Amino acid sequence: MFAYLVRRLAAIVPTLIFVSMLIFGLQQLLPGDPAVVLAGEDRDPNVVAYLRQKMHLDEPLPVRYLYWMKGVLHGDLGESLRMQKPVRDLILEKLPVTLELAAFAIVIALSIGVPMGIVSAVRRNTAWDYAANAVALWGLSTPNFWLGIMMILLFSVTLGWLPASGFVSPFEDLKANLAALVMPAFVLGNAIAAVLMRHTRSAMLQVLSSDYVRTARAKGLSERGVILKHALRNALIPVITLGALELGTLLSGAVLTEQVFTIPGFGKLIVDAVFNRDYAVVQGVVLFTATAYILLNLLADLAYVIVNPQIKVH
Amino acid sequence: MRTHPLSRSVLLVGALALFTAAVSAQTTLRFGLAEDPDVLDPTLARTFVGRIVFAALCDKLVDIDEKLGIVPQLATSWEWSADNKALTMKIRPNVTFHDGEKLDATAVKFNLERHKTMTGSNRRGELAPVTTVDVVDPSTVRINLSAPFAPLLAQLADRAGMMVSPKAAQAAGDKFGANPVCSGPYKFVERVAQDRIVVERYKDYWNKGDIHIDRIVYLPIVDSTVRLANLKSGQLDFIERPAPSDIPALRNDTRFRISKITEIGYQGITINVGKSDLAQKNPLGKDPRVREAFELALDREGIVQVAMDGEGTVGNQWVAPDNTFYAKNVPVPKRDVARAKALLAEAGVPNPTFTLMTPTTSDGQRVAQVVQAMVKEAGFDVKIQSTEFATSLDMADKGQYDAYVLAWSGRADPDGNVYSFDGCKQPLNYAGYCKPEVDDILNKSRTVRDTAERKKLFEQLAAVALKDRPIVYLYHRHWLWAYTTKLSGFRPIPDGLVRVQGLKLN
Repeated sequence: MFAYLVRRLAAIVPTLIFVSMLIFGLQQLLPGDPAVVLAGEDRDPNVVAYLRQKMHLDEPLPVRYLYWMKGVLHGDLGESLRMQKPVRDLILEKLPVTLELAAFAIVIALSIGVPMGIVSAVRRNTAWDYAANAVALWGLSTPNFWLGIMMILLFSVTLGWLPASGFVSPFEDLKANLAALVMPAFVLGNAIAAVLMRHTRSAMLQVLSSDYVRTARAKGLSERGVILKHALRNALIPVITLGALELGTLLSGAVLTEQVFTIPGFGKLIVDAVFNRDYAVVQGVVLFTATAYILLNLLADLAYVIVNPQIKVH
Repeated sequence: MRTHPLSRSVLLVGALALFTAAVSAQTTLRFGLAEDPDVLDPTLARTFVGRIVFAALCDKLVDIDEKLGIVPQLATSWEWSADNKALTMKIRPNVTFHDGEKLDATAVKFNLERHKTMTGSNRRGELAPVTTVDVVDPSTVRINLSAPFAPLLAQLADRAGMMVSPKAAQAAGDKFGANPVCSGPYKFVERVAQDRIVVERYKDYWNKGDIHIDRIVYLPIVDSTVRLANLKSGQLDFIERPAPSDIPALRNDTRFRISKITEIGYQGITINVGKSDLAQKNPLGKDPRVREAFELALDREGIVQVAMDGEGTVGNQWVAPDNTFYAKNVPVPKRDVARAKALLAEAGVPNPTFTLMTPTTSDGQRVAQVVQAMVKEAGFDVKIQSTEFATSLDMADKGQYDAYVLAWSGRADPDGNVYSFDGCKQPLNYAGYCKPEVDDILNKSRTVRDTAERKKLFEQLAAVALKDRPIVYLYHRHWLWAYTTKLSGFRPIPDGLVRVQGLKLN
């Protein structure tokens, strides 16, 4: 197990180097001169020249990449030229917000998706199954921004129950924090729940028809025990992988949802940075989320072992 | 002396009531901004919304009023030298910065020099003609110019005239924007990037009698629907730039009030007349007659109705028709499709084709679509190319376009709306327009201070540049604001910035 972990961790290094090159290279393909965009409406040529020099834009691409990597290896992700704030500080400021939103959304997704998946597999081809599928289809086909705006109109404008947008730190006011996050978390969780439901359902169907489940039933175990103890454990494996991937996606920022609900998280940070060509922020945030994504995948692999010890690691 | 327990409790209740009254009297204005401001340092700042926040944080030497007249703020009076090459200003006495430092002539000199010399300063260009600043006495400064520069006062009514605490600026260096210290009615409390900016009343403000709200929280909410939803659900008290299409419904809602005023900027179509080789390859860029036909094919009133739901004032120049410097010799042309067709026939291109680039903003796209349909009647075949803003700017800068829907937020002095756009090789001259005659008039208009004389120069300029049409001006948007009826004392100013003086929240 330990050797496996070391091997997996060592494999992350080349992956990250490749990812960093990709991030840096792709960004250079963005049209538009970042210095001109950052110089604002007046575009004073002196300011453009100053920004170009500050961003090393006159140097060749590999040199710029090395400048950046040098900083990254020293823990310095650069500085946002628009906000004049170190990228590291911006990440640390936004990370808790995005983490909380992502966790909240995943909890909602799991608590809707997995039970629905189980029910629809166990009660296959019944009204339960059709209803669960209809809900899943709705979740998958409803655009986030539309659902978000509709919820704002209903719960904030018409009923006045929840704040329309914004974010309050849980340390400042927990109730206000939950009130601010419940709509965006539901919007995000709703779509993921649909995916989780479909996967839980198909995994459960496969497992339920397998030999060992038949054996378990033959032994006279209660149906409840068969489903929850024997079948679900195996069926959860693809669901865990998927959950981890979805969580990773959420960490890279729920762009539209954060925009609609004005949640100051990663999604908003990166969108604003792309439109303003604030390269250091884009690079820093993408590198950070890529790293988080890779680590989450590793954690998911380790979680398989915990869920099902029969899986051996070599 | 013994007091009766009852009287003590009465006292206690009274004290509590007083205390709660004091607490509840704390007023906070929650202000919805349409974008997130950039760095809050007047020397480095670049965005329009940043100027809205500065209106609360940083006082300026002078300000502008509803009619674009220059009025005193930190400077109480000013006088030009006979040769118009020096401006002497009297600085308001007993003004302090938020850190308690004194605002005097030395501080003004420090600030103007900071604007001119700081690395990355966005004010350097605006103050280019300023050579030196002399401290005549503690309450008098003299700004010396290399040549007469009429727009100087208008520049000092914006960020170039904002004063920051020299002590704080020296201590913070280029990190000043993280914790700005100015002398405005409100002092900086905190900023969470992309989330909020909080300011609170500065108790020693020189004009504190005009400040009635304790705190202002600026919340950037980009989506206008969401901004409006926040106003309607009571989470915001004031929003800037509601969508014009939401105005009729808001008008019927008794909980809100709407204010509007015509902007000092404009919406127009820039035409590549010489920015690159493309100009000569397209009949629109090559032949002034085709451009004239294009303008004659436009129904500006129709464009305003369709693209802006009527929330705009039709115009054909760099300033709106009600501006003092509007050139009356070139009025807004009426739509004349027959004449447009005749001009195209004369030019030998009855069906010219060109690409109209537009940023992906909803205003820009709607303008492009309406224009496309209108000019089709005259024979034009327009292809619309929607391009992300930064990319479109880059393409315009490289001359990779035929025509470009581009808006300008405007400056108080007409010079700020035309010099950099029509002057040969100026930074905002995306059209690539270059005419020595125009440069002469533009340069001369900067040296003349007399309004009547300047007006004449702008009329001369209009006679040439509006005929060459490097930019076809369409309309001037209305600045729109929506706010709770609990708020009073709001004064719309054409620059679109919200003055906090006089605002009351009941």
